[in-house]
Amino acid sequence: MKPDCLLLQLWRAPARLASLTLPEWDVLLAQADSANLTSSLYYLVNEHVARQAMPPAVWRRLNGARVLAERHQAAARREVGRIAIALRDTGVPLILLKGAAYTMAQLPSGQGRLYTDIDILVPKARIGAVEAALMTHGWVASGFDAYDQRYYREWMHEIPPMTHMRRTTTIDVHHAILPLTARVRPDSALLLAAAVPVPGEPALYYLAPADLVLHSATHLFFDGESDHGTRDMVDLDRLLRHFGRDPAFWAALPARAAALQLARPLFYALRHAIRLFATPVPAPVLAEVDRLARPGPLALALTDAMFARTLMPSHASCQDGWSALARLGLYLRGNWLRMPPLMLARHLFHKAFISPKGDAAKV
Amino acid sequence: MSPVTTVGAMPRALLAKRLAQGLHLQTGPFITCVRTSIDVVVDGIARLYADYPVSDAGYADFRLTLAPPPGLRRWFRPQVCAEFDLPSHFLPMPRAHAFAMFEWMMNWCISSRVNHYLIIHAAVVERGGRAVILPAPPGSGKSTLCAILVNAGWRLLSDELALVDPESGMLIPAPRPISLKNQSIDVVRRLVPSAVMSPPAHDTLKGSVAHWKAPSDSVARADEPAMPAWVIYPRYQAGAALALQRLPKARSMMRLAENGFNYSELGAAGFEALGDLIERCDSYDFSYSVIDEAVAAFEQLLGSP
Repeated sequence: MKPDCLLLQLWRAPARLASLTLPEWDVLLAQADSANLTSSLYYLVNEHVARQAMPPAVWRRLNGARVLAERHQAAARREVGRIAIALRDTGVPLILLKGAAYTMAQLPSGQGRLYTDIDILVPKARIGAVEAALMTHGWVASGFDAYDQRYYREWMHEIPPMTHMRRTTTIDVHHAILPLTARVRPDSALLLAAAVPVPGEPALYYLAPADLVLHSATHLFFDGESDHGTRDMVDLDRLLRHFGRDPAFWAALPARAAALQLARPLFYALRHAIRLFATPVPAPVLAEVDRLARPGPLALALTDAMFARTLMPSHASCQDGWSALARLGLYLRGNWLRMPPLMLARHLFHKAFISPKGDAAKV
Repeated sequence: MSPVTTVGAMPRALLAKRLAQGLHLQTGPFITCVRTSIDVVVDGIARLYADYPVSDAGYADFRLTLAPPPGLRRWFRPQVCAEFDLPSHFLPMPRAHAFAMFEWMMNWCISSRVNHYLIIHAAVVERGGRAVILPAPPGSGKSTLCAILVNAGWRLLSDELALVDPESGMLIPAPRPISLKNQSIDVVRRLVPSAVMSPPAHDTLKGSVAHWKAPSDSVARADEPAMPAWVIYPRYQAGAALALQRLPKARSMMRLAENGFNYSELGAAGFEALGDLIERCDSYDFSYSVIDEAVAAFEQLLGSP
């Protein structure tokens, strides 16, 4: 039996939140904690249940999550402001990715979303100028040895993460959305050219709607990490519903995915959004994405079995006997897609036996 | 709901059985699902938590597991591991420290996971409806002074975590055993020969540690919040004369913020809660060396308007 969980059931049918028993709240909050979705859950609950109708302990916990989310939003806005000041003299436009983009553009996927880094996208030719400007303003990349530096600069899609000396905030500077060594190479020039200004913030940009969805899908279905599977699916569902109100978004999405070589992650994103959240997707779009990127039946059966488990919260109540194996499989698949096998073997060997102890987890 | 059961109402065998499955222990506003089969911890809970309610509502704010590690360290120089809901990154500790570890984990659950209260690293005691907050860095004698005042009849709200409700401005009690370190274990033993204590754990990160059972009356009144009236920064100084010196509010606010666990996480809400608290309170620096003088000084405060 494939695992299911209360958290996802309620995300699909939030009206049921109003009639939960205390033991059900107990399970729901534990699952939300493990998926890093408690702040998002606050906003969902707030729409469907009055404070008076909630058990006091539950309300206190959700309200604490709200306080945390509000503070996080304010801090992220302040930090983006500092980054904008640092980059002003370089003339490089500030293009925000993922969480910071959702927050600044006030997208539904930003509601209650907590993240640790701010991710930005800059043209590869301007990386040096951006890095220098950030260093001038107090961000440094420390603790990376020569091997790590080479790993990032020759193979990855980002430079080593930089941390601000006083505020200890972290910024990830990307020049692409997938490693340079990956099987597919979405053209960053296309993403940069299509970036749109954040409403009301003329100096800030984020990826065009289709690209935003494709980036989120790529991150989730190309990477080997599955820690944020449930949260990333919530993001995707919210983005698709939000942008999907405009028929032009759907009309352009499959072709854009093909142009960026990202039709496969889009296929998985739509498949699992429909399965988990009943996300409305027009039939012609599904048919087109099927035609572009449907895997063979065996591969599909295998990935379905893996994603059925890894997209669940990591809480014990959402796992079954196959979950650990599914996570391992996904980790191997992610690394397989990121690097040619020989290069991967060499990298893992270096991290295991040559890099200084304690650093292995970093890269 | 069935009538409230307490830990003390359960025979030892039943308590051990319930703890092995996960016991919902209520301490103030929090319910922790504690799961352990380690004797030292079961004994400690039986001894120091006898007055506490056991909840059967099927809900827990925190889940805490203390178990032997897999492999040889179960027997060879036995260790204990703590897990907080999910497998955790806490380092294992010697089995003899298991009960002290349980107490630290209970504090950790609150200080790192609770954001609906402003949490300040401070002891809190109350008398006559007015509460004293005793913030202090470790080693300043905060817990010892707290123990002395509780022995003199003040109600214990907490020896470690002041919980400020931002909505009402009141201090929320979560009384638990008072943590005593090194010499203060003997100070309390001399002062209260009948004190119920956990056996001291030696050579922990904090030296020798023992826990003194919270007074039954304080536990029974754990649902009565208290109005903050004073913030007093204590310092034990051998041989020093008693000194109580008024602190300006702005200065006290800065010092209290430094002792906040989640002050910066709460952002503007934390600032407002702390500001309101300071507004309500008089603040003092307090140094003492003689216990009776210290108790008398606090009683004198009560007489002030």
